[in-house]
Amino acid sequence: MTQVNRIGRGQVDFTKTLKFSFDGKSYTGHPGDTLASALLANGVRLMGRSFKYHRPRGPLSAGSEEPNALVELRSGARQEPNTRATTAELFDGLFAKSQNRLGSLKFDLLSINDRFSNFLTAGFYYKTFMWPAAFWEKLYEPIIRKAAGLGALSLKDDPDVYDKGFLHCDLLIIGAGPAGLSAALTAGRAGADVILADEDFRMGGRLNSETFAIGDASGADWAAASVAELASLPNVRLMSRTTVIGAFDHGIYGAVERVSDHMHTPDAGKPRQVLWRIYTKQTVLAAGAIERPIAFENNDRPGIMLASALRTYANRFAVAADRRVAIFTNNDDGHRTATDLYARGIKIAAVVDPRPDAPRSMDYEVLRGEVIDTKGRLGLTFAEVKLVDGSMRTLDCGALGLSGGWNPNVHLTCHQRGRPTWNADLAAFVPGADLPAGMTVAGAAQGDLSTAGALAGGAKAARAALGLKGRMAALPETEDAPVNITPFWYVEGCARAWLDQQNDVTVKDVKLSHQEGFRSVEHLKRYTTLGMATDQGKTSNMGGLAIMAELAGKTIPEVGTTIFRPPYTPTAIGVLAGRHREQEFHPKRLTPSHKWAEEQGAVFVEVGNWLRAQWFPLPGETTWRESVDREVLATRKSVGVCDVTTLGKVDVQGTDAAAFLNKIYCNGFAKLAVGKTRYGLMLREDGIAMDDGTAARLAEDHFVVTTTTANALPVYRHMEFVRQCVCPDMDVQLISTTEAWAQYAVAGSNSRKLLEKIVDQDISNDAFPFMACANITICGGLRARLFRISFSGELAYEIAVPTAYGDALMRKIIEVGAEFDVTPYGTEALGVMRIEKGHAAGNELNGTTTAQNLGMGRMISKLKDSIGKTLSQREGLNADGDLRQVGIKPVDPGDPVPAGAHLMNADGPIDAAHDQGYVTSACYSPNLGHAIALGFLKNGSERLGERMQLVSPLTKVHVDVEITSAHFIDPEGDRLRA
Amino acid sequence: MIIDHPLLGPRDSAEFTYMGDARLIDRPDPDAETAAQDFYEYGYLRDNPAGWHDELWFHEAGDRSWLVVTRNTLTHEISKVQLARDVARSRGRSK
Repeated sequence: MTQVNRIGRGQVDFTKTLKFSFDGKSYTGHPGDTLASALLANGVRLMGRSFKYHRPRGPLSAGSEEPNALVELRSGARQEPNTRATTAELFDGLFAKSQNRLGSLKFDLLSINDRFSNFLTAGFYYKTFMWPAAFWEKLYEPIIRKAAGLGALSLKDDPDVYDKGFLHCDLLIIGAGPAGLSAALTAGRAGADVILADEDFRMGGRLNSETFAIGDASGADWAAASVAELASLPNVRLMSRTTVIGAFDHGIYGAVERVSDHMHTPDAGKPRQVLWRIYTKQTVLAAGAIERPIAFENNDRPGIMLASALRTYANRFAVAADRRVAIFTNNDDGHRTATDLYARGIKIAAVVDPRPDAPRSMDYEVLRGEVIDTKGRLGLTFAEVKLVDGSMRTLDCGALGLSGGWNPNVHLTCHQRGRPTWNADLAAFVPGADLPAGMTVAGAAQGDLSTAGALAGGAKAARAALGLKGRMAALPETEDAPVNITPFWYVEGCARAWLDQQNDVTVKDVKLSHQEGFRSVEHLKRYTTLGMATDQGKTSNMGGLAIMAELAGKTIPEVGTTIFRPPYTPTAIGVLAGRHREQEFHPKRLTPSHKWAEEQGAVFVEVGNWLRAQWFPLPGETTWRESVDREVLATRKSVGVCDVTTLGKVDVQGTDAAAFLNKIYCNGFAKLAVGKTRYGLMLREDGIAMDDGTAARLAEDHFVVTTTTANALPVYRHMEFVRQCVCPDMDVQLISTTEAWAQYAVAGSNSRKLLEKIVDQDISNDAFPFMACANITICGGLRARLFRISFSGELAYEIAVPTAYGDALMRKIIEVGAEFDVTPYGTEALGVMRIEKGHAAGNELNGTTTAQNLGMGRMISKLKDSIGKTLSQREGLNADGDLRQVGIKPVDPGDPVPAGAHLMNADGPIDAAHDQGYVTSACYSPNLGHAIALGFLKNGSERLGERMQLVSPLTKVHVDVEITSAHFIDPEGDRLRA
Repeated sequence: MIIDHPLLGPRDSAEFTYMGDARLIDRPDPDAETAAQDFYEYGYLRDNPAGWHDELWFHEAGDRSWLVVTRNTLTHEISKVQLARDVARSRGRSK
């Protein structure tokens, strides 16, 4: 098919031809085309179906404000729904499909919805699908989702890479039209660090779409020359294909650069898009203006577009939307389109203008009147005009340009809650006084709609932003026409006249919503969906507001606008995520002996960001329980080793170190002897247990504190808070040494014998008793720390070496431990052994439990102040019958005691009102041969031996259990002290 | 947001962790007669001003300073940044 609608020259490169396909048909276009311009060139006006009524639609605009021409671009995993054909840059092999249709675009079966439009008016979801409630999820929603909506996702992983980057500058200029280029030239020539960003692939803004000259050159040539000069300046960064999507606090802007969207696939090593975070001292917003349409009956047919878009297609893309064009305008700018198209040999059916003072023309007819209806099933064929004298005219045309005036693009001025103000001369909102700090607005965005105004405004804004002194350089002569407009929003008496084509909101819907009481502009938006979805009402909001104002008998500024929020245009989730996806979603922390554990075939589990060995399966073991049971039994029988590097470690040093620990732990530390370790319980200030661990006193003024793996960061933060904000005069310093030391638990009756083969000192029971700690050396001189502490309940040690030696130490332990059958164990076996021993862990310190609940109430020292002490004494936390930690075992050894199940009295009812407690940790104890659990039970310490019912109605568990001591193994602690 | 750290200069707020009202520095005297009531108010009662607010930020990805940042909750304007330690001392916190 030939490009039947190409006219003359433009800014497309006719020397190269690009092939592309739309809905399975092949077409050609040229570099510089968008998908929309290339389709129009090929005589294709129909590009989509509307959201609700499935009405045939073509492009309304030539830019990112486009509501209609949304397509699925590319195929396979790269398929991207809701891509605006008006901004999609044409490339060779481009593949696009229309969306939201059943059947073909021309014979969409769902266009039946259009016949039922009376039932599908504003708020129809709320009214129609009320009852029965259960039908919503199963029946209504799936049908609506299928019938109404936008494009489809591929549901495949995005194969492309997205990046994030940071930029700093003196001046960020948003928009590279006449105002932005003028600002950039002024600032760039003055030597400032400038970033000039524009969403288009060709800089120049409207200059590329207009015919008037700047100085001796055409606007487009002046723009190209300006861009070339800016590109030669090392202090200016030009960023085309870059949309500034948000204005954030303190001069931070978000921008999306579409690095590879204009290619079939990204070049090797290049990202698809980059999210830039731009830190700027000053900003010039030169985002231009967006033309708005006029509402009348059937104003949504393919071929009806903004007058400025017709001009863009003709002047920039050398494309006529059709060979017979009519214009409907309420302002002088609309007449420019007729002049430009006429000059290119297009037949102007007429210019329709309701104003008595409309400009006349020698070349074509100007009718005083209104377009009241149109015809053409899949594209415009006729426009019906009612003249001011009441007579009717039918215009034979395939394209109709609408101009209802221009809206300055104030979007980014509102991102910090700025409110635009009404300008009656322009009949439009302009930026208010409450701009984001450091922002100046110039050109059409400020309401200076002439080219001369834009050039001057841009230069002045840049000078003001940078504080430039001296005489302003002379600006070239150019178009300086005044704005002549008489507000005209919609044709009287129309009903099915589209305000928001993307959401199928008509004049009638806005009237209905007013009638039903939705009088605030924000309510109107939610009820009718006016201004929602991908275009966010860029072309439709004003029409809705004007009608609302009229119905309410108010002025437009009294009605106000909805708030504009980031992002300015739709932004892919992928670019917000950047590289943080899948395996790189968060950083991975590996312990020094990770490689060794991998060699053993360990199964790993994520704990925070850490990967920890969960268990070490041996050949022949088919279930995790087999491995875990073996690890537990072997450790208790002889000796096991476990990597505990991930536990948080905080070095506490200073003459007030002991006083500081007294403050953060509820139990006392002042009297702890050097060379001894003590269990410590930390409370939150509200008296709830926060974390527990050990503190080892290595010297008078030096402690090493451990935290749980999960709480390492919050506990450290809390300790710094106490140090800096509560006790600022204490002589104490903190540093996290979690990653500086590799630490291993060596547990079991043979642990001493094993360590004696490594440790250089005497560690006999007399020399190094239970809870001892010391700086030692191992293997003939390597510095290390040894702690005789036990989580498993066995004779046990924790040994720490500098991180670099972690791997070597682990291999050494395995080597010298061979004669004791040393067994590496993972976090599962660790958990089983601590439950067997009755040690509380994260499941018990769950943010709701107190020291009293944990059976450690008496640990809270009365002799000193500590964080949480005062509030831990509250009556409500110390009532009789409070929860106490207990052990639980099944009466029938074959029964489970699952975590999360609740305890009920043996003969009592089973309901929430009679709840007695719950299970927090559970496991199978290979030593006892049945399941065991820890949990909390009302008045639990007084109920040992009691039989109860353990229930979990959700998982259908109902077993008889017996309450026991939480210490299932070695309750006297003889093994610890052996 | 950008927080002008008294020691390190302007830093992106992403480097910080937020904790809220800087009145947490005013930890009551645990030995006072009214300690129970004082701690209850300290722990649970906060103003939620629409406007200027002294709040605590922790430079977690930086030098680990706690800062008192005076920020306008309506505009995010920051008028003052102090080391929390200095503020604590000026309000009588010691050991």
